[in-house]
Amino acid sequence: MKFRSVIAVLAATVALPVAAGHATDLEVTHWWTSGGEAAAVAELAKAFDATGNKWVDGAIAGAGGTARPIMVSRITGGDPMGATQFNHGRQAEELVQEGLMRDLTDVAERGKWKEIIRPASLLDSCTIDGKIYCAPVNIHSWQWLWLSNAAFEKAGVPVPKNWDELVAAAPALEKAGIVPLAVGGQPWQASNAFDVLMLSLAGKDTFLKVFGDKDTEAAAGPDMAKVFKAADDARRMSKGTNVQDWNQATNMVITGKAGGQIMGDWAQGEFQLAGLKAGEDYSCLPGLGVNEVIATGGDAFYFPLLEDEEKSRAQDALAETLVDPKVQVAFNLKKGSVPVRGDVDLAAANDCMKKGLDILAKGNVVQWTDQLLSADSQKQKEDLFSEFFANPSMTPEDAQKRFVQIIATAE
Amino acid sequence: MSSNARAGRPSRLTRNLSAKIASVPMMLTAVVIFLGGTLWTVIYSFTSSKLLPRLKFVGLDQYERLWSAPRWLVSIENLAIYGIFSLIFSMVIGFVLAALMDQKIRFENTFRTIFLYPFALSFIVTGLVWQWLLNPEHGIQSVVRAMGWAGFEFDPLYNSSIVIYGILIAALWQGTGLVMCLMLAGLRGIDEDIWKASRVDGIPMWKTYLFVVIPMMRPVFVTTLVIIASGIVRVYDLVVAQTSGGPGIASEVPAKYVYDYMFQAQNLGQGFAASTMMLITVAIIIVPWAYLEFGGGRKRV
Repeated sequence: MKFRSVIAVLAATVALPVAAGHATDLEVTHWWTSGGEAAAVAELAKAFDATGNKWVDGAIAGAGGTARPIMVSRITGGDPMGATQFNHGRQAEELVQEGLMRDLTDVAERGKWKEIIRPASLLDSCTIDGKIYCAPVNIHSWQWLWLSNAAFEKAGVPVPKNWDELVAAAPALEKAGIVPLAVGGQPWQASNAFDVLMLSLAGKDTFLKVFGDKDTEAAAGPDMAKVFKAADDARRMSKGTNVQDWNQATNMVITGKAGGQIMGDWAQGEFQLAGLKAGEDYSCLPGLGVNEVIATGGDAFYFPLLEDEEKSRAQDALAETLVDPKVQVAFNLKKGSVPVRGDVDLAAANDCMKKGLDILAKGNVVQWTDQLLSADSQKQKEDLFSEFFANPSMTPEDAQKRFVQIIATAE
Repeated sequence: MSSNARAGRPSRLTRNLSAKIASVPMMLTAVVIFLGGTLWTVIYSFTSSKLLPRLKFVGLDQYERLWSAPRWLVSIENLAIYGIFSLIFSMVIGFVLAALMDQKIRFENTFRTIFLYPFALSFIVTGLVWQWLLNPEHGIQSVVRAMGWAGFEFDPLYNSSIVIYGILIAALWQGTGLVMCLMLAGLRGIDEDIWKASRVDGIPMWKTYLFVVIPMMRPVFVTTLVIIASGIVRVYDLVVAQTSGGPGIASEVPAKYVYDYMFQAQNLGQGFAASTMMLITVAIIIVPWAYLEFGGGRKRV
């Protein structure tokens, strides 16, 4: 008897959402789970609920590397969600080619995305064979050097204005017991720090030649040798970091235990949370102060192809909501990223964020490695650079040789 | 005994029919899922499958890439070190603990619980606990330094050349209790009379253990070996929790390579090639052993 009633209750809970479902439920998966990120997602959910549909939150904890395999296996396994986050670029490329993703070209044309989304490269990486498959929601840039003003004061040297000055200041920092450059142990940190060094020191042309055209000659050339030399400096300066996560490394900069860190603009959220002020307590150098170019990676939403008509309509509504100017502002202020459209007002942005907006307005942008390289090549690069940064006996020349190999086999 | 026997020789197929029917689902699972899945994986390891499995054959390309990847070579080396040492140490420590426990000591239950307790924790929890213990700024090193030895250095997880031993420590802490329990059960199965006889003959205790008891415990050792060995080959979560493969790639293991390349790098072909190599490794160990154990027609104790 008892068992039966349990079954009945279970059955009722399953049946209930179906019966009550006037508004269309749409499950949205993403990996935004930290405090600021969750607040930003809540803005999206609120806006979507206002269209008469219902946002069913499918947050997956543990960053993109953990979440993406789950999302992909759900889509390929025949249990697609309503919409899902990816970094715009090549992560979802094969899913689109396989016809598992919904074509958003109609929505994009209605919303005139081609005219409002800036920089245009964002939409380009959503476009496959002339059709648009994703809705970009924000721009994150990697090319920042965050510096602790207190650490340099303690070491008795002025706060560097560029990478070379930081390298020159390193001995003084080390003497004061400060790690000059914090690099966390997660593989993607070392790999991306290298990419930033490369874009800043070798310039946009070399960067695009190597990662865009997969030009092995350029990868083996003297410009890149210079970058590997700088990576060698970075490796020496990062000795003694002993932390894993990026935010722990950022925390070393916040507390003055480290001089600086190469990290994306999301690090700014940590500085703000700690109550530090841009310019006074910490400094930021876009493009390492050498070459003020920022890349336009970021997040986008993809919509798996569903058979249910109503759900497809809800997908269209969500896609429209995501690029809506009001939603863009509310979301990005909480997230600490930059909106994907230039026609919105961001008066609340701080100094560092404004620097980024300026560079964006000048058009000094480049596509980031997520957009240029396949996940496979990215992983190989991570293996290489996490080994390089951890193993002082690996020479820059050897590393460059292996780097050329990776570029040679990249697709 | 049964009516069948009286009715003449039953055919082999219909004997114990109900038992055979009952085992059909398991047999199907074994054949379709285990064997079928294995074959599928091996076949697709010869293709250039990326995110989705596709039958585009590329010969041995995936294997060539695998064996020229420094990370894979490091993984294999780590597995060898970890495997050999964890096999030896967990067997030896487990047996010694069990033998000590077998001396009719007081509070045996309490000790047994204490030693077995770590086994109740998952590898993830074990890994996190030991990550903190071995962290130079919070763990053992800082405690010892605070007690006055300022020059004391113990940071295996941050030293590429010894990081695998840091993982080994955690694995032994977690797994030895189970080995001890298995061994203790084996020791309890030894007849009291054996001990009495050896005492009458005046054989020292350690000799009795080494030359009489251990050979009698052969089945227990085989069981333990299988349990430990399967744990070694699939070690993954402990590494993820403790070092996530770092520093650099110094503590990578094959299972992690498989996962990372299949899912993070979206390169199924490469991941399948790596898992096929793992299968071959296991086969190389298992097949000669199985031949010795079951083959040859010789009946062992």
